[in-house]
Amino acid sequence: MNIKNNNNRSATIIVHSGDFDKLMSAFIIGNGFLSMGIPVSLFFTFWGLKALTKRGFKKAPLSKMNLLGLGKAMIRLKMRRHNVASLEKLAQSFKSLGGEIIACTMTMELMGIKEKDLRADLVKSYGTVGKYCYITKDADITLFI
Amino acid sequence: MKVVDCLNENCPIPLIKTRQAIMDGKKSDLIQVIGDHPQSFDEIPMALESMGIKIIEKKQGKDVWRIKFKL
Repeated sequence: MNIKNNNNRSATIIVHSGDFDKLMSAFIIGNGFLSMGIPVSLFFTFWGLKALTKRGFKKAPLSKMNLLGLGKAMIRLKMRRHNVASLEKLAQSFKSLGGEIIACTMTMELMGIKEKDLRADLVKSYGTVGKYCYITKDADITLFI
Repeated sequence: MKVVDCLNENCPIPLIKTRQAIMDGKKSDLIQVIGDHPQSFDEIPMALESMGIKIIEKKQGKDVWRIKFKL
């Protein structure tokens, strides 16, 4: 049953950062809203969009103390030890709970990213700022990550 | 009754699994969530409340908690 929240609220999140830890935050918060019956749209733009390319999650660096990937390897080890879900699992959960992922086409042009370069299993639709603003004007919550 | 096993799971997996069970379920299904992540014991009821789902039972055991609700 797709039971929505009592107040018919919705949320949008701009994912501008391509840092591993910030992508984790975006998907954790996105899943949190979905779990409360609040529909969520994630707008991936700039470095965030790069993370949606194939192997993008693997390449995403830590925002601090990445140390050429050593810091990230350590964080991933700790995540496993503390039963923290992987970024991949969080993204899959987000999709399976009905979350929407929108890719910024302006960034695609700017960075030379083609549709075929992006994860088709995650991206649902394409748009630019107009689409973000159109959806967000009726949303109750919006975040910029 | 459907049982959602959230043992050894960390944030936000218990919430995700609960929501998934609600989405997969149908009206008047009984669902019991079992877990040991302390915050989820408080936060799953918050999610249920925001969706207008009534809790039938909420029990904190020694190591494991249980939350039972009806769709």
